[in-house]
Amino acid sequence: MELPLTRNMRPGAPLDLAGYRRAGGYEVVRATIGKVAPQALIDIVTDSGLGGRGGGGFSTGRKWQAMPSVAARPGPRYFIVNADEMEPGTFKDRFLLEGDPHQLLEGLILGAYAVQADHGIIFIRGEYVEPIRLLRRAVAQARDAGLLGENILGSGFDFEVDVHASAGRYICGEETAMLNALEGRRAIPRAKPPLPQTHGLFGSPTIVNNVETVCNISHIIAHGADWYKSLGVNGEVGTRIFGVSGRVKNPGCYELPIGTPMRALIEDHAGGMRSGYALTAVLPGGASTGFLPARDLDTPMSVGAFAALGHRLGTANAIVLDDRTCPVAFIANLQQFFAQESCGWCAPCRDGLPWAERTLRAIEAGDGTDADLALLSELTGHLGPGRTFCALAPGAMASLQTGLAMFGDEFARHVRTGRCSWH
Amino acid sequence: MSTVDALTAAERAAVSDLVAQAHEPRAACTDVLRYVQARRRFIDDALLGEIAGLLDMSTAELDEVATFYNLIFRRPVGETVLFLCNSVTCWMLGQPALQAHLHRRLGIAPGETTADGRLTLLPIVCLGHCDHAPAMLLGEALHGDLDCHRLDELLSLAPA
Repeated sequence: MELPLTRNMRPGAPLDLAGYRRAGGYEVVRATIGKVAPQALIDIVTDSGLGGRGGGGFSTGRKWQAMPSVAARPGPRYFIVNADEMEPGTFKDRFLLEGDPHQLLEGLILGAYAVQADHGIIFIRGEYVEPIRLLRRAVAQARDAGLLGENILGSGFDFEVDVHASAGRYICGEETAMLNALEGRRAIPRAKPPLPQTHGLFGSPTIVNNVETVCNISHIIAHGADWYKSLGVNGEVGTRIFGVSGRVKNPGCYELPIGTPMRALIEDHAGGMRSGYALTAVLPGGASTGFLPARDLDTPMSVGAFAALGHRLGTANAIVLDDRTCPVAFIANLQQFFAQESCGWCAPCRDGLPWAERTLRAIEAGDGTDADLALLSELTGHLGPGRTFCALAPGAMASLQTGLAMFGDEFARHVRTGRCSWH
Repeated sequence: MSTVDALTAAERAAVSDLVAQAHEPRAACTDVLRYVQARRRFIDDALLGEIAGLLDMSTAELDEVATFYNLIFRRPVGETVLFLCNSVTCWMLGQPALQAHLHRRLGIAPGETTADGRLTLLPIVCLGHCDHAPAMLLGEALHGDLDCHRLDELLSLAPA
């Protein structure tokens, strides 16, 4: 089993530039930049089937193809790496940044060359103090070695990278809100269209890709689309950093072939549940995904296989709900997060999420009524897809909607008995 | 803590450098707010007004940004800020007990500062250390796998 993303992984003590180069790093940059047509790189990445790893899953190659040509749109062009990882239960980007920052930089240089961007920005949450330090060190090393800056390795290609430490707000991970943040505005999302590819940062053509997405690029360019496709199992392509947290024996990140069943991740790699706990359900990819019931644990972990069952894989970092945690309180905690992090721009999200949180807290405290249950159900419609400006509120509703269906008896019992039987 | 001095000449020069590196002045606002806060602990109204002028923004425009972010403080905080993660995995694995412990030991709830001004407790959303939950950011240092005993050690509190 070939696992390219973690090949040089050194958690907390990553390879420096010399070590990374000894392991073959930046060879594909040398072989490609200025020697291969940029469009050829876009074609390879498109053909590989690589999809966005931030949670959306959209084809990376197709995203790149929407960049206008340099001839059509002369002037600055940006390639932004989204390292604003703040989705509850998600820690894969930190794992990649702390374990191998040069892998990200190499992918970024190649991606920027493919779309002919001249300015890169790694947008990283300010709480990631250590990853910020490691990234800045890697950027300085790369710059000193002529891998960044003007005329990279004598290729004629110019590309500079800044590491932007943000000041902490979930919505900044939404790509158009990120553009507002970088322009020094309150980070609310923008209407799409126009897409960032045509009218992005300061109105210029801009790509925004997730950390893990970009980490795949050098491997795909080096070994080709067919090689990448061969890494998946059960008809899927590539590998992914899957994560598990909760009351499992070995929480952590595991690079596995896409298409690996969720059960293998939890039972084999994460070692199963801690003694005395049983798995009730799983949020498969962060707080914005719906509950996957225990009976569906054999689902192959891929965007397509999850969609076929009406689920979303999201960030592929699973949160395990156990039988000694109250599902109502669990969902209330999730809604508290979304209510706090709503940017406040559109009314359904700004007002609806605190309402959902308060109602859940009342039910959990034993003060809920049947009308509250009906209200929660109604809110999942009012805050659902198509009703709000961006995907934050619909993401919040995923766990509430599936939770009301899956744990309906527990909700009803809280209301009927006027107490939570877990506390 | 209530009076905050205006920026020094050296600080204004540092701000000017950050502004000069930006595509346009306001694009440097997060960097500038973080820089000033690192030296003054929080951004009071007078500082906000002064910084806004350097960024060619109105005070209201800069406050829209300053009040938006979890890591920018518009009110006084203690010498050290303890960000305790209250997102779902940390919540499941013990954050409420840690919060109760801090209240017992130090008398502070989220949003409060100890009487001696040394520590402010703030809640924070997922710190991305769910594999080591429960986690906190103490100043600039991340700590995971916390329990009450470890918390006492990290805060140099005598064992309870």
